[in-house]
Amino acid sequence: MKYVLLIYAAEKNWANLSKEEQGRIYNDYWAYTEELKKSGKMQACEPLQPTFTATTVRVRNGKMLSTDGPFAETKEQLGGIYVVDVKDLNEAMEWAARIPDAFTGSIEIRPVMDVSSIDNIK
Amino acid sequence: MTEADRALDRIFRTESGAVLATLIRVLGDFELAEDALQDALTAAVEAWPDSGVPDAPGAWLTTIARRKALDRLRHQKIVQAKSGTVALLTRLEHEAQTEPDALGWSPVPDDQLRLIFTCCHPALSGEAQVALTLRTLGGLSIGEIARAFLASEAAIAQRLARAKQKIRRAGIPYEIPDRHSLGPRLDAVLSVLYLVFNEGYWATGGRELVRGDLVADALRLARSLAALLPDEPEPLGLLALMILHDSRREARTGDEGELILLEDQDRSRWKRDAIAEGLGLVEVALRMKRPGSYQIQAAIAAVHAEATAATETDWPQIALLYDELLRYEPTPVIELNRAVAVSFASNADLGLRLLERIERTGALENYAPFHLARADMLRRLDRRGEAREAYERALPFADNEQVRRFIELRLRGAT
Repeated sequence: MKYVLLIYAAEKNWANLSKEEQGRIYNDYWAYTEELKKSGKMQACEPLQPTFTATTVRVRNGKMLSTDGPFAETKEQLGGIYVVDVKDLNEAMEWAARIPDAFTGSIEIRPVMDVSSIDNIK
Repeated sequence: MTEADRALDRIFRTESGAVLATLIRVLGDFELAEDALQDALTAAVEAWPDSGVPDAPGAWLTTIARRKALDRLRHQKIVQAKSGTVALLTRLEHEAQTEPDALGWSPVPDDQLRLIFTCCHPALSGEAQVALTLRTLGGLSIGEIARAFLASEAAIAQRLARAKQKIRRAGIPYEIPDRHSLGPRLDAVLSVLYLVFNEGYWATGGRELVRGDLVADALRLARSLAALLPDEPEPLGLLALMILHDSRREARTGDEGELILLEDQDRSRWKRDAIAEGLGLVEVALRMKRPGSYQIQAAIAAVHAEATAATETDWPQIALLYDELLRYEPTPVIELNRAVAVSFASNADLGLRLLERIERTGALENYAPFHLARADMLRRLDRRGEAREAYERALPFADNEQVRRFIELRLRGAT
């Protein structure tokens, strides 16, 4: 089954870290990603730019409205995603628990919808 | 309900968990398995009054349920033609032709364990875990679960439907956890069973102090869990704890359902055979030399059970056991229980000082037993005014009518 692992962490904590600490976290992510790749279970890995770079778009009454910033202000922000293809939720939970940000932030696991099981899509 | 209905009901309760467990494995689909079991139960209600209850009701239900599942899939195939349905249907039809008759079926322990661990998966909410366990393993109806937890049937039905959908859509596996994750996963199962027991035994809301059905259901499930995992000491500890608590059931309430404290109970009304069984189980568990929270709690209950009179209670031993328990469960409620034990082992002054330490954290502010314990220590020290205040502080947090009655009696007695 395919799952998206959404990595939520407080951006302002990151800014407060020293260069060495940031370097260590990069290394941890590097090692984790390499291992996930080697297991053959990684489908995608996308780190995201910080939320100040975000633009949110809505279309209402046919008019596009765009605002600066993420769609909601939250204590922890979406910082990146992995997409994994694993046996079941237990395995997804095991991989999620090893993401470096799991130790200070939160990882949300979302199963990917299997579109082939929806009957009324042509 | 007639006698025959009750007999049917009993059979359904004891058999349906094991039957469902097998059906889920065979069919690979929680919802289909449940629907098929319901079909089979309906068929039983129609057939058994005439034909008599079969010798192996579980096997009968399994066979019929598999046939009903086939019918449902054939119907779905015509209506929807989903690829998954067709594959499952093909496999089941093949099995129906080649496998020996399922009437030789007997409960498969691994199936039941798989179901227990699926129902108590940490990805499900606590409330969902309890409802699923009672529904699928305990064989309780939605109405019975709703009554037990003072919720509406619609709310319970929705909770169950959501949980089953999550199991399927999120890919919660139907399996026994491997060795390295068995410990924490087992903890989740034990806490669900203990919660069901406590809901029955302490009945936090409502009019009666004890809801006997839930106690019996929890005992039945704990018994089967202990039998399924004979090498694990904690399920034995939990079972012993439940049995020892339940041995005092008759003595815990008076003629009008009112609460009677442990120290005031008529100990001749304690069930001796249950106590003997509980003590034996504690011993077996402790001999495995892997102590844990439930074993220690059972050991504490055992010390109480061994005292022929309240004044004979080995309080120093109980205080020591609470020290040990705090290492596994460092919670304010355990601190409270330890303070009570110390107040009897040493004196009420020392107990009060321990309670002050808890009070400063504010953790048990809204917890009636905390104020009741404090009130009792003050009463024993003859500080009547303060005792009265403490009883009054407990009152708004006591949801059970019988506990409120007890407090009001004490208030009247204190003046």
